[in-house]
Amino acid sequence: MSDWIKICALEDIRPLGSRVLDLPQGKIALFRTSDNEVFALKDSCPHKQGRLSQGIVHGKSVTCPLHNWVIGFENGEAQAPDIGCTQTYQIHLIDGQVHLLGAEILTEPAALAG
Amino acid sequence: MNVMTPIQKKSKLVLIGNGMAGVRTIEEVLKVSPDHFDITIFGSEPHGNYNRIMLSPVLAGDKTIDEILLNDDDWYADNNITLHKGKTITKIDRVTSQVIADDGTVADYDRLLIATGSDPFILPVPGADLQGVITFRDIADVDAMLDASKTHKNAVVIGGGLLGLEAAKGLAIQGMNVSVVHLMGTLMERQLDETAGGLLQQSLEDQGLTFLMGAQTETILGDDHVTGVRFKDGSEVAADIVVMAVGIKPNKALAEKAGIYCERGVVVSDTMQTFDPKIYAVGECVQHRQATYGLVAPLYEQGRICANHLVDKGVLRYLGSLTSTKLKVTGVDLFSAGDFTGNEATEEIVFRDPGRNVYKKLILKDNRIQGSVMYGDTADGVWYFQLMREATDVSEFRDTLLFGQNNLGDSGHGAGSQTASMSADTEICGCNGVCKGDIVQAITANNLLTLDDVRTHTKASASCGSCTGLVEQILVDTAGGDYSKAPSEKPLCPCTDHTHGDVRRVILENELMTIPAVMNFMEWRATDGCAKCRPALNYYLLCAWPADYQDDDQSRFINERAHANIQKDGTYSVIPRMWGGTTTPDELRAIADVADKFEIPDVKVTGGQRIDLLGVKKEDLPAVWTDLNAAGMVSGHGYGKSLRTVKTCVGSDWCRFGVQDSTGLGVDLEKALWGSWTPHKFKVAVSGCPRNCAESTIKDLGVVAVESGWELHVGGNGGIKVRVTDLLCKVKTAEEVMEYAQAFMQFYREDAYYLERTAHWIDRVGIARIKEQIVENEGSRRTYAEQFVYSQKFYQFDPWKAHVSDQAKLREYEHLKPEFELVS
Repeated sequence: MSDWIKICALEDIRPLGSRVLDLPQGKIALFRTSDNEVFALKDSCPHKQGRLSQGIVHGKSVTCPLHNWVIGFENGEAQAPDIGCTQTYQIHLIDGQVHLLGAEILTEPAALAG
Repeated sequence: MNVMTPIQKKSKLVLIGNGMAGVRTIEEVLKVSPDHFDITIFGSEPHGNYNRIMLSPVLAGDKTIDEILLNDDDWYADNNITLHKGKTITKIDRVTSQVIADDGTVADYDRLLIATGSDPFILPVPGADLQGVITFRDIADVDAMLDASKTHKNAVVIGGGLLGLEAAKGLAIQGMNVSVVHLMGTLMERQLDETAGGLLQQSLEDQGLTFLMGAQTETILGDDHVTGVRFKDGSEVAADIVVMAVGIKPNKALAEKAGIYCERGVVVSDTMQTFDPKIYAVGECVQHRQATYGLVAPLYEQGRICANHLVDKGVLRYLGSLTSTKLKVTGVDLFSAGDFTGNEATEEIVFRDPGRNVYKKLILKDNRIQGSVMYGDTADGVWYFQLMREATDVSEFRDTLLFGQNNLGDSGHGAGSQTASMSADTEICGCNGVCKGDIVQAITANNLLTLDDVRTHTKASASCGSCTGLVEQILVDTAGGDYSKAPSEKPLCPCTDHTHGDVRRVILENELMTIPAVMNFMEWRATDGCAKCRPALNYYLLCAWPADYQDDDQSRFINERAHANIQKDGTYSVIPRMWGGTTTPDELRAIADVADKFEIPDVKVTGGQRIDLLGVKKEDLPAVWTDLNAAGMVSGHGYGKSLRTVKTCVGSDWCRFGVQDSTGLGVDLEKALWGSWTPHKFKVAVSGCPRNCAESTIKDLGVVAVESGWELHVGGNGGIKVRVTDLLCKVKTAEEVMEYAQAFMQFYREDAYYLERTAHWIDRVGIARIKEQIVENEGSRRTYAEQFVYSQKFYQFDPWKAHVSDQAKLREYEHLKPEFELVS
């Protein structure tokens, strides 16, 4: 399934802020950078599963609130010398609306009906 | 039709000298601006860049050449650097901006970096050019010495300095009979006083070296190969090889020939620029403000600054370095730094234990360390050097200074200062669980040379920092040589080269009112900064401009943003304020109701006499706050770099020993101080008598009642490293306690660095300075107290209540609820 699913408006996320999308399979953190790009990561640090959505956003990365690992938005990789990777999700901004890829976030097609 | 646009061509940077200082500068250039230059490097030696300091261990057989290589061929290739190994530049043509090598290779430059290092000094005596006369400077010299040791018996080392002694010891280990010839009466006289030099000589004699002191070399004997050395007094000694290690001199010949201004070395300005603006120089060949340096730390500092100017950033200046020396000879523990001889204006403190062969001497001036010499027990060398570098006032602990840092109440860490004797599985960094073995392994595997590098790779000492001294010592033990830092303060974070002090000053001087304004004005490298600098800047701004600054909650750590403490599972803990640790049945009922209603799994009494609700879901926070607010309770700020709690004992109302109303004063203090933000958390306690049941003497501000009034204590800490408070003063009335408390807190707010507890702040600036501002000077005390009260007009409010009424902020506590509608 390659359909884009509307999640929220860009305005729902503050610049340098984040929001959380709660899905049955886990939480996804959406981040907005200072130049209004939006990125999505699994809301879990590869180190000790800290909630990345609660971290400080800077550039294209977020610092985990638990032990200050810095996770990059574009590939989910931890900044060296820490080693680890968090799952990333594709994002599409259409007319100021944030969309995620259905195939990446929906477990069952039935969920689309609602 | 088309407008011609010039093709952007990369500038050409040429480095002469493939050694530690030059290559480090290139690394710094690549770090700051990887695409700025096309880089070409010329090196006379047929190797990549290696750690010259480790030549002694190679000679002693402890290391191999491969182990001391810092940059292998792949590194040059990976960074697109053209490397000419084994080619010596013979001419710099400043007219055509070209360098020419001995094999005819020519390279153009836009910027030229000279890092030709130094040459061994050769005594101008007959026979100095004989076969078998060797210097100790590079890998070829070490190879020559190792070869000689296999076929010959007698070695003479001329020079009883650092280099000479290391060479002598290395040759002795290789099985040669070694005599050390020294012109002066004391070994290493530039680093050691007579006593320490004598101890060193004794120890080396015990290890089999022979010394000829006060001996002036007249001739090196031999026809084509050396056979011996003759001295001024006519005596002779047999020698199969002679190692000339009398000193080094900056290698300035090439620069001088090109007409670049030189004195003892190539003269550079504070930006590492020579008199030719296109040409820079770093390392041992350089003369800066009359000084030349031969140690790693200053050279690396020069490299960092030079790189900054090469890539046109142009904000740093090199101001010179303080250096220390550690001898790299097995079985000899020796440390020296600064001025160790002293003069009529200085005092010396000496410790000497002939039985253990321990000698320590400190030179003090106005209670600040000017220099130190240590022999036999150098565990505290790094600490003394740090005190010297930071010009710390030692008057408070002068009586135990010579017994080392362990005697300053360093519980838990003190006994472990002898890192060399620790096993590999000894835990060094308790915060990050890093053992000695991990650190040693990281240093060896990655060729780490600075404390920052070790921190980045291992996380050791990267959290609370209390093990910094140990990590520094392991670095020195493992990497050898001297890697002490320059005297400059550290930058605030990797986004900038400015220090905390710089930033605070510039904010005030230039009336900068926002984080972007500071970053812009001070040329931050990253647009949004990072999680380290943003909270610091937010604090500095709100402290500087309480009325005008718009607090930026996005630049606060999550706990201060959510007014609760994040726990490891992502839930939060909530602590309502209980003034002075007092509560009522109604408040307790309300807390119990909240715990039931929101199914809060844990309720606990904290160390600061509060009740902690643990395991609250983030979505529930606003409703929990609303309920607690309704019962009259406000945020307890258990999450903030702010006033935490005022802990009290029961005092004279109930206690048969109490001499003052400690609870009443505690409540009043908390009502006055709560809500204020501070550089780090700030804890207060009030005890009703000297029995001190509220533990006032390990708080940031501790008040202890006595019959005649109140004692005020400051700078205590019960955390990682216990620090007992310093007595600030004694006052008579509760009103005075209030004024002193507000003034002290405001002085701390304005003077300390972000994340610096009062304990560290007072260690840094000295209690005398606090007394001067808060006790001795009534005017300044009043000004600070007034400024505190003024700031409280804007910051003393309940953030829970403010939050609950702010829709925009509340939204972030809710999860997104997408409609899941399809878009093609």
